[in-house]
Amino acid sequence: MGGGKAVIAPSAALGDVVIEAIGIGKTFPGTRALDGVNLTVRAGRLMALLGENGAGKSTLMNILAGVFPPDEGTIQMDGQSVRFANPQRALAAGIGIVFQELSLIPYLSVAENLFLGREPRSASGLIDTRRLLAESTAALQRVDLAVDPTTLVADLRIGQQQLVEIARAISAHVRVLILDEPTSSLSGHEVEVLYGVIRELKRRGVALVYITHKFEELAAVCDDVTILRDGRVVGTALFRDLTRDAMVRLMAGRDTTELYQKVAFTPGEEILRTRGLSLTGSGVGRRFLVDQVSLSLRRGEVVGVFGLVGAGRTELLEALFGLHPDRVTGELVVEGRAVRFESPADAIAAGIALAPEDRKRDGLVLPMSVAANASLASLDRALRAGFVSERRESSYVGPYIDRFRIKIASLNQRVVDLSGGNQQKVILAKWLATAPKILLLDEPTRGIDVNAKREIYAFIDELARAGLGLIVVSSELPEVLALSDRVLVLREGRVTAEFARADATPERVLHAALPDSSRVAS
Amino acid sequence: MPESKATAFLTRFRSLLALALMVIALSLLSDRFLTPDNGWNILRQISVNLCLSIGMTLVILSGGIDLSVGAILALSGALAAGVLKQGLGIPGTEWMLQFTPSGAILVGIGVGAAAGWVNGIAITRFQLPPFVATLGMFSIARGLTMLWTGGFPITGLGDAFGHLGTGALLGMPTPVWIMLALTAVFVVVTKRTRFGRHLYAVGGNVRAARLTGLNVARITTAVYLLAGALAGVAGLIVTARLDSAQPNAGLGYELDSIAAVVIGGTSLAGGRGSVAGTVLGCLIIGVLNNGLFLLNVSPFWQQVIKGVVILLAVALDKANARNRDA
Repeated sequence: MGGGKAVIAPSAALGDVVIEAIGIGKTFPGTRALDGVNLTVRAGRLMALLGENGAGKSTLMNILAGVFPPDEGTIQMDGQSVRFANPQRALAAGIGIVFQELSLIPYLSVAENLFLGREPRSASGLIDTRRLLAESTAALQRVDLAVDPTTLVADLRIGQQQLVEIARAISAHVRVLILDEPTSSLSGHEVEVLYGVIRELKRRGVALVYITHKFEELAAVCDDVTILRDGRVVGTALFRDLTRDAMVRLMAGRDTTELYQKVAFTPGEEILRTRGLSLTGSGVGRRFLVDQVSLSLRRGEVVGVFGLVGAGRTELLEALFGLHPDRVTGELVVEGRAVRFESPADAIAAGIALAPEDRKRDGLVLPMSVAANASLASLDRALRAGFVSERRESSYVGPYIDRFRIKIASLNQRVVDLSGGNQQKVILAKWLATAPKILLLDEPTRGIDVNAKREIYAFIDELARAGLGLIVVSSELPEVLALSDRVLVLREGRVTAEFARADATPERVLHAALPDSSRVAS
Repeated sequence: MPESKATAFLTRFRSLLALALMVIALSLLSDRFLTPDNGWNILRQISVNLCLSIGMTLVILSGGIDLSVGAILALSGALAAGVLKQGLGIPGTEWMLQFTPSGAILVGIGVGAAAGWVNGIAITRFQLPPFVATLGMFSIARGLTMLWTGGFPITGLGDAFGHLGTGALLGMPTPVWIMLALTAVFVVVTKRTRFGRHLYAVGGNVRAARLTGLNVARITTAVYLLAGALAGVAGLIVTARLDSAQPNAGLGYELDSIAAVVIGGTSLAGGRGSVAGTVLGCLIIGVLNNGLFLLNVSPFWQQVIKGVVILLAVALDKANARNRDA
């Protein structure tokens, strides 16, 4: 790669191009994640990558860091085409990445984590512990982290773990460093330390790519901005040439009408109400995952819940569904009666159903058939003289399968072989068989192709008109806007805004979801 | 991936095919193999393992494992034999409870169920991994058996009780009756009841089962309770057949039953498999043991061969799963 040690020019006006992505395309089953994306990263400069959830930022970073290859396009490093089989190869070539989800091994020490896979060895071939500790101490000093390198990672706070992760990338002497929302769990001081590290890296000619939702961070460290939307680059500019409003407009601007046209409908009486609903975290911090949420849902109404990753969207639904009885506080009223759910079974008995975000992990029993999955929540209806009658089962499950137009060869087909869209419909069929009054949908169209998406939207609308109340959680802004009669915006577990359908513009909703700069700066 | 009907058939009935091939081969190799007497012999020999293996099937379908069934077998047999022979003294009084053979049978099954229930509680209430919980019960039940028997066999249990192991009805040995009845009951329980369906769901995806409102703890506890009760039944058969409760009865039987379940095609990951498959697994092991014995193969080699069969069966299963998912 570029013949031995690359000579890095002192930061010139723009700096040399270190890494360049040209025409990158990537398709996942059901979604076009990236389409013809170009990205140029220069030595000594920080390129911020902005975009909504699902815009393709993380996919692009994973491709740059060798986590998976692109379907189309090339990546050039120092003008030469490169292709990495795995992140270790990318790291060896000088590309480091700090993931948003921590990728440290909890029960190894800080030092062992820092040099995992590239441990210094002594002549005997064993790990050279003295050098390991010495180099670890040096690496930790650079991120101003005063912990003993022999400490177990599990004993560190999340923010400290994040700094260890950053120290690990730096200590590999990378030429390109990718940071995916690195400040999400850092304290104010730690953020300042990070800025210092970034400035130092820039001085040394390292090229940085930085993914964030927090605009106020950009001013401190950013040089260039690339904005992604729906897997395409919609703008690249010098940071100083862009206003915050211009960036939000570029991130959000999308026509929602192309997705789906909602049929106007007047909701009925209130069916669900919460007051001060809170959910505490189970970790050491005990912070609120859902914080004093008060909401109301009427029959025939679709309430959309929007928020960025970590805003507490899924946790809100879980709290409503009786999943964490010991950690939930606040009032919950269903059909005018105050209730308290000790388990999902209680919630189901009260007429609530939840279609979870991760269908394969939480929604379906993959080895079982379509019929068995669809009848699982309502098996009593299939009993004859106390025994499960398969004929009775298929005769009551069948109509739901037909209603959702699930494409299957037979009811006995294994659910694992279905497409994402059809799997989601099996889950919907399962819940409708329990005759629910309230349907909670968590990312109902994640990983589903466009046509199935439209179908699901139509079903949501149809169910609302049939008198169900629906709460739809989504990280896709156009989806929330297209489906909802009302939009609630969550941020850090709190409702920060509520919009009627007519008032919910992409810009306003996104503004309410993004972290408040004044609060962070103080 | 298109699959011809023939391959699909072969995959589906692979164990059955293997069993048939073994029977044909052994019939050719030994003229003592294919006789009515030897047939009953094999069935009688597998009856104990099948009782344990049915319970183990439930446990493994639920995504767990039970290492305590052999030990529970010994404890149940010893307690049933003990109360039958000497009665049960009520502490602090002069009273002795006397037990009929039926009473002793209920004690044996009840003790097994109780031990299984404790397993279930340890796993659901105290969140112990099934491996650890049942390993603990293994040691507890073995220890209690030694305490109860003082390390000596309890013998001379009478004909009425002995009938359970050595008797026959309408020409069929009693243990075979018991085995057939239990098989029929648990095929229906797993395939045709709500509990059975929920059991597959819990083993197939416990998170989804919980989110669908199933009472995972209750289902899991019931599974271990049933496995314990079935181990109790097995303990009674063993004890009755020998007319004696051996303190070391059932040593290593839990591994034989796991082997039968696995050979029968039930996935150790849970959620996939069947009682019918386990019956085949038990038959394969039983026929193999019997055939090798008739062929005068050394018992040491028998163990080696059984190990190879287990590895082959699971390797084939894995290869199949890969083909299916590709």
